Amino acid sequence: MLYREAGDFKTSYAADQQTFPLKLDRWFVWGVLAFAFLVVPFFINDYWEKSVLLPFLVWSMAALGLNILTGYCGQLSLGTGGFMAVGAYASYKLMVAFPELNMFVVVITSGLITAMVGIGFGLPSLRIKGFYLAVATLAAQFFLVWLFNKVPWFYNYSASGQISAPERTVFGVAVTGAAAPSWATYLFCLVLVVVFAYVARNLTRGRLGRSWMAIRDMDIAAEIIGVSPLKAKLSAFAISSFYIGMSGAMLFAVYLGSAEPTEAFGIDKSFLVLFMVIVGGLGSILGSFLGAAFLILFPVLMKNIMVGGFGWPADLAAHLELVFIGGLIMLFLVVEPHGLAQFWRITKEKLRLWPFPH
Amino acid sequence: MSPDFLNVIEVILNGLMAGIMYSLVALGFVLIFKASGIFNYAQGVMALFAALTLVGFQTGQVPFAHLINATFGTDVHHWGSGMNTFLAILCTMAVMILFAWLLERIVLRHMVNQAPIILFMTTIGLAYFMEGFGDLMWGADIKNMDVGLPSGGSFWLEDVTKGWASEGSEYYGMYIDVLDVWAAGIAILLVISLTLFSQYTKTGRALRAVADDHQAAMTVGISLRSIWIIVWSIAGFVALVAGIMWGSKSGVQFSLSLIALKALPVLILGGFTSIPGAIIGGLIIGIGEKLFEYSLGGMIGGATENWFAYVLALAFLMFRPQGLFGEKIIERV
Repeated sequence: MLYREAGDFKTSYAADQQTFPLKLDRWFVWGVLAFAFLVVPFFINDYWEKSVLLPFLVWSMAALGLNILTGYCGQLSLGTGGFMAVGAYASYKLMVAFPELNMFVVVITSGLITAMVGIGFGLPSLRIKGFYLAVATLAAQFFLVWLFNKVPWFYNYSASGQISAPERTVFGVAVTGAAAPSWATYLFCLVLVVVFAYVARNLTRGRLGRSWMAIRDMDIAAEIIGVSPLKAKLSAFAISSFYIGMSGAMLFAVYLGSAEPTEAFGIDKSFLVLFMVIVGGLGSILGSFLGAAFLILFPVLMKNIMVGGFGWPADLAAHLELVFIGGLIMLFLVVEPHGLAQFWRITKEKLRLWPFPH
Repeated sequence: MSPDFLNVIEVILNGLMAGIMYSLVALGFVLIFKASGIFNYAQGVMALFAALTLVGFQTGQVPFAHLINATFGTDVHHWGSGMNTFLAILCTMAVMILFAWLLERIVLRHMVNQAPIILFMTTIGLAYFMEGFGDLMWGADIKNMDVGLPSGGSFWLEDVTKGWASEGSEYYGMYIDVLDVWAAGIAILLVISLTLFSQYTKTGRALRAVADDHQAAMTVGISLRSIWIIVWSIAGFVALVAGIMWGSKSGVQFSLSLIALKALPVLILGGFTSIPGAIIGGLIIGIGEKLFEYSLGGMIGGATENWFAYVLALAFLMFRPQGLFGEKIIERV
């Protein structure tokens, strides 16, 4: 009785087709957004910004991107770290070359550049699939990271081989560099994530998303009913890389401030994003957020309990964390392959019937 | 012969040896893939885990010493002077079999009929789990492994090859690690024995039957579960051999698990279902990356070994997606 679809009447097609057709969903989303935009910025401090909120937003963006490719289009990719590196280095070059540029423009342009690279590495997906494609994307991962290590032009010939973000602004407020205030970096990332989550949600509901899902479910059958695998797969690669590139740019410019390719964009980052998508739920926008939140908050929580609570040494806690995360991935795949998003669906089902059992 | 030519031969020989090491890991992949259709990403971590366990038994470490000390405030680390190598290898094998059994009971049993990609991701989870578990059990520090295999350069070979070079040229002979030669010998033995096992024993025939068709194998009375335990145990054994070889060569450390990733392009080249393919793919990758680094690597910044294998595999996929010896993939709606 708490969650009802019944009685929510629409009088126009536009109302029927809107992003959240149910009144309850809409209120809920507006409530969360109002809290995130109007309450959090006033109470944010450095700890919450650096260890919880910024990583959550940045990795949510990456998880959204991978979910489009793997969850909606069914193409497994292990090159996420490499594509994030492309976004990061693109944003670095843009920030250095055009100091006056608005950071929103920088991040979105980095995303577009990554999309081009993504299309290039997505080309093999037209001939191969499954594990074979996973290996092809591994080639992207290792080759791109090597490229950013070895070609000095990318890091502007700096002696350390690192890149570090100079201070850049949005409408006069600094969002990158050490002096950027917490609320500004938080709001900057939040705006990007909210806008592009909305775009992703509507993309997946539309014609393009349906063609991706058709390819995922059975590519040959999809081709026979007239879905072009070329367009569907390459558009999925492009849009997924666009999101991942933006998250890479945000990770480097706003969150880390300086980066070194093998450390910040290694293969373990590709797996981290893949885990977020699995735990959150393959083929679900909400799942991307849940998965990112889980895998960002869980280690923070574990560390606080084990190092802070029990007084164990930090390396022991790190090993236990690996054991728990690996175990959880297996548990999720055995018990609930559809991830946390499925739990949310089950909860809604329960709320619909409550207080009656059937 | 000119020194340049001899150098190229040396590079090729070293590539051959490195290739054999890749093949050893790739072999474990192929075994599991053939028998259960699972692409086991954790093979490299299994090699690491086996090597860690072996060193732990050899030196007589107390398992989970770190955790015990942290929980109870004790200070245990060793329970004696350790085992001799042979006993330690036997015990490690027992641990790997126990692990295979547990894995089947707890995880794989519930994963029958899942999509291959889900199974693949499960093994990624398994890889993380085992990595953490191995570190927790034996500690994460880099360990030396010594199982009595000879290592170092061969003076005999250096002397012989020095004689090949033309008079007056500055050439000091080839450097080839004896350990690599041993690894090559052991790998060849392993392949021969595995082939004999799968061709001529009853269990081997059952393995091939399961690989062909799960349902048909079950209808003639082959227990899928025991076959899976056997397959994972054999994969554990191959992991142990690979772990010993890599461990003696470069120490037991985390980078050992990354060689698993190198085995992926090897498999693409050789085909996922072919044991000889794994060997030949390994050799091609080994020689290819060494030659590429020797001839072109210097010009474009070096360290090309990190990605050459993957890019080679990628190029190869364009022309022959099923690999050199793989079965042709035919799909129906």
